[in-house]
Amino acid sequence: MSLTTATTLNRRKSVAQILANRGEALLVASLGNPTYDTSAAGDDPRNFYVWGAMGGTCMVGLGLALAQPDRQVLAFVGDGEMLMGIGSFATIAVKQPKNLKIIVIDNEHYGETGMQPAHSGRGVDIAGIASACGFPTAYTVSTQAELDKTAESICSRPGLECVVVKVMASVEPSSLPSRDGPYLRSRFREAVLGQGKGGHN
Amino acid sequence: MSKEWVTDVYGTIKAIGVRQVAYVPDAGHTQLIKLCDADPDIHSVSLTTEEEGVAMLGGAWLGGQKGMMLIQSSGVGNCINMLALIQECRMPFLTLVTMRGEWGEFNPWQCPMGQSTQAALESAGVFVVRADNEKEIPETVRAAALLAFNSNRAVAVLISQKVLGIKDFNK
Repeated sequence: MSLTTATTLNRRKSVAQILANRGEALLVASLGNPTYDTSAAGDDPRNFYVWGAMGGTCMVGLGLALAQPDRQVLAFVGDGEMLMGIGSFATIAVKQPKNLKIIVIDNEHYGETGMQPAHSGRGVDIAGIASACGFPTAYTVSTQAELDKTAESICSRPGLECVVVKVMASVEPSSLPSRDGPYLRSRFREAVLGQGKGGHN
Repeated sequence: MSKEWVTDVYGTIKAIGVRQVAYVPDAGHTQLIKLCDADPDIHSVSLTTEEEGVAMLGGAWLGGQKGMMLIQSSGVGNCINMLALIQECRMPFLTLVTMRGEWGEFNPWQCPMGQSTQAALESAGVFVVRADNEKEIPETVRAAALLAFNSNRAVAVLISQKVLGIKDFNK
């Protein structure tokens, strides 16, 4: 599967590299490959996988970032997911949470449904849209050297960012974390808020 | 000066501990939006489309904060697939929906969504309660909020177009 953008980055390795320095960061991941990539890097109660509700993962990240201003929040999303919720760039940029990083794993295709081409490979610049909406920092990485530079501190540095990681349209081995909603939300809340807080404050 | 039901509702959501309010502006919510925007203890977030608010309030609750969404009936259809997050994870969700398309409506384009608002919400697993006059609103909102946050359910309060009155387009 060819990409418009030349890249040799592998999605699994790129996500694992970013999460190698995770620290205390909280993580939300969109349906499909970002959920598989983040769980393959190491399932964790502080991971919340959004198995449906396409287009909403960045906004889950915003609500979480506002509720937990002292924790870094990483939203891993696919390019198709980001395009579906593209208006959320405007909403998030207006709110400017300092602790939210949107990491778009962009293979320029809808990987889950048969690798149909996405707008992101046909001239639509996702980082450019984030920038135009008012993200103070928004850029695309497509080489290992560029990824190394951003991955080192993205889990801890302050400031709202959108990082688009151009990756190859590869098909990776299955990595299927739990898709049971009550379990995922309860273990996440217990990890963030404390034991016994899974279902109620 | 806000209407009495608005200050009552604002008092209720403060007492319940709502910290995030997402909205798509509507004339019927003007005063409540102003109160929330001015409140330093509330994250008041204007949305580009209603489904953003559903996802945002899911994230708020994951992080330990209660939230509420203020929208017009025309935006309910936008929320349906996003409500999968709330329904499937059994999260609390509270929305106040001002109705259009039902009481002396001038704009016929408001009628289709207005007519299907309640059925659409219920088909997506949302409890729906109605307030048909100003007096009913505060207690209805309070009960809806308690149901949402104590029983982890999605609840919508539909505020009748009677409360807002017939919109005059010939001004």
